[in-house]
Amino acid sequence: MDTVREHVSTMTLQGIELPIVRRGSGPPLLLLHGGGGPQDRLPFFHQLTLHFDVIAPIHPGFDGSPIPDHFDGMEDLVYLYLDLMDALDVHDITLLGFSMGGWAAAEIAVRNTSRLAQLILVDAVGIKPGDRETRDIADIFGLPASDIPPLLFHDPSKAPNPAELTEDQLTILASDRIALAFYTWEPYMHNPKLPQRLHRIDVPTLLIWGASDGLVTVSYAEAYRQMIRASNLVIIPEAGHLPQVEQPELFLDHVLSFAAH
Amino acid sequence: MQTWFFTEDAYPYLPDAETYRSIRVNLPNRYYDPEKGADLYDMYLDLWCAADELGLEIMVNEHHQTATCVVPAAPIMLGILARQTSRARLLILGNPIANRTQPIRVAEEMAMIDVISRGRLECGFVRSVPYEAAPANMLPFRGPERLWEAHDMIVKAWTTHDGPFNFEGRWFQSRQINIWPRPYQQPHPPIWITIGSAGSAVPVAQHGHTAAVFLAGYPRIREIYDGYRKAYQTAHGTVTPLHRLAYCALVYVGDNAKTARDGAEKVLWYMTSNKVPLEWSNPPGYHPPAVAAQIMSGQRGGAGLPLQPKLEEQMARGNVFAGTPDQVFEQIKNLWEYAGGFGHLLMMGQAGFLSYDETLASMRLFTDEVYPRLKELTASYDPERMQELRLRQPDREFVEIEAFAAEFVR
Repeated sequence: MDTVREHVSTMTLQGIELPIVRRGSGPPLLLLHGGGGPQDRLPFFHQLTLHFDVIAPIHPGFDGSPIPDHFDGMEDLVYLYLDLMDALDVHDITLLGFSMGGWAAAEIAVRNTSRLAQLILVDAVGIKPGDRETRDIADIFGLPASDIPPLLFHDPSKAPNPAELTEDQLTILASDRIALAFYTWEPYMHNPKLPQRLHRIDVPTLLIWGASDGLVTVSYAEAYRQMIRASNLVIIPEAGHLPQVEQPELFLDHVLSFAAH
Repeated sequence: MQTWFFTEDAYPYLPDAETYRSIRVNLPNRYYDPEKGADLYDMYLDLWCAADELGLEIMVNEHHQTATCVVPAAPIMLGILARQTSRARLLILGNPIANRTQPIRVAEEMAMIDVISRGRLECGFVRSVPYEAAPANMLPFRGPERLWEAHDMIVKAWTTHDGPFNFEGRWFQSRQINIWPRPYQQPHPPIWITIGSAGSAVPVAQHGHTAAVFLAGYPRIREIYDGYRKAYQTAHGTVTPLHRLAYCALVYVGDNAKTARDGAEKVLWYMTSNKVPLEWSNPPGYHPPAVAAQIMSGQRGGAGLPLQPKLEEQMARGNVFAGTPDQVFEQIKNLWEYAGGFGHLLMMGQAGFLSYDETLASMRLFTDEVYPRLKELTASYDPERMQELRLRQPDREFVEIEAFAAEFVR
């Protein structure tokens, strides 16, 4: 793993020095990463930059950055990115969010779609379709570490092996885990108010899901799709919670056929 | 030295530890037999009443969803003891106020106990150990900040007597705060807070509260107490009074080497039983990232107490005081001098299968033969003389911080 991140700049918003990876050319695409942290060194990210002006902020708290004192949770992240879009004054942007970044994207879209051309949610969390005693989203903070790769990967052997990480990388992993928990702890990985607000999303929306996602399953995706008016759901076979990692070509095909027109 | 008798009220009748993954959080409570549990509550309450009669002070604590400590509501235990004892100071160490949602309820409970006991309450506040995060459904991140905000609210509730006030903090909000009863002690009961590092000692010292250190032993006691003393000197312009510092260790006194050893091995159940996996011992936000990473990689403990602690090793570290009265006195005196002095010994005198009779025998030997000498020792305390004594003992070197110590680092 490289230690130097390319094309990263910082932008001051709300007093936060927000790192933003910005690469590629084409229509703007705001990419919100998931709980595993930024993925700008992976092949799918590079492929996206061949078609889009990819703007990929690193959520405060991830990749070793501090959690801002005034932040209390997901809503703060949402308003940070509403501010970011205003500051960049981008229009007709494609908003693409993975997992908890997908939740953030949905929260942004229910507040304001005026800068959005379309929305793509990839294995997103954010809703809770089941009843109060159904664990809709696996409790990753209450499971043995060895139980988590089978939830996230169709082929768990593709999961990163913590034993191969350096101490610095492990420390980043630990701080990413804190940040993920900070944004998602309670209510766990969802906002009970979101389903009543999703009707406000008035831009074309695509949900992309890994068929083998064990964190949020395909039936969860179907419930999500039904709550968003102009939405479609595509299922990527032989992929888990991170289809962009396990099936990057199929993932890119879906993004391009939906968004690059 | 004031000595406080303490037991965690364990439920030790468990299946072979090989058959379960964790003694905490998710061990099914079908293993808890309420009949046996009722007998255990009787025994533990009887031991505390015996401590009252013997001249020891009393300490209770609480944990949740665990067989290691079946007191999920310490104020209930203390409420019983407030009525059933007549002399002992009553220390709750403590109320997990970073994890509780209603600080005013805590202020009310503590005021009640203080009044019922006619002013014998010593009120502790704790951030809690990492395994409390899941049962409390509370992210440990910013736990210390929540603790101090709740603390401020409780102290104001205890000390406001002219009608309601409002408190609208970052984490806690209440309107029309005006508790009945108010505390018996004025302006409020003494406050204790647990610390595990020089850093966490600072605000406790600044407030002038009593700081309690659990099982840090020789490897870390100087660093932690020195952090407190330095902050106390800066904040108050005077040396730390001895009774502002407390130390908790496992203690067993026997009338001969064999009974002492047998008893100490039984008290060691507190450590041997604590089988806890990483998902409970390393919750996100409890430890700083670098420490959490070391725990994840196995370089550092944190998965509960070591499953095979050796008595000699734990004694060498100053976590267990065990032996005949002479030996126990020497062990405590030695750590006391090494640490630069402390005014309270929190004596975990019972754990696991140690019976009522075995526990009482140790308590009697302690009060008859050890305690008088400890009181003389602390009465002789002189800060300058202490500095000389301390210099005679160079810093002791120990191997990397042990598994169990990690959860007390905060």
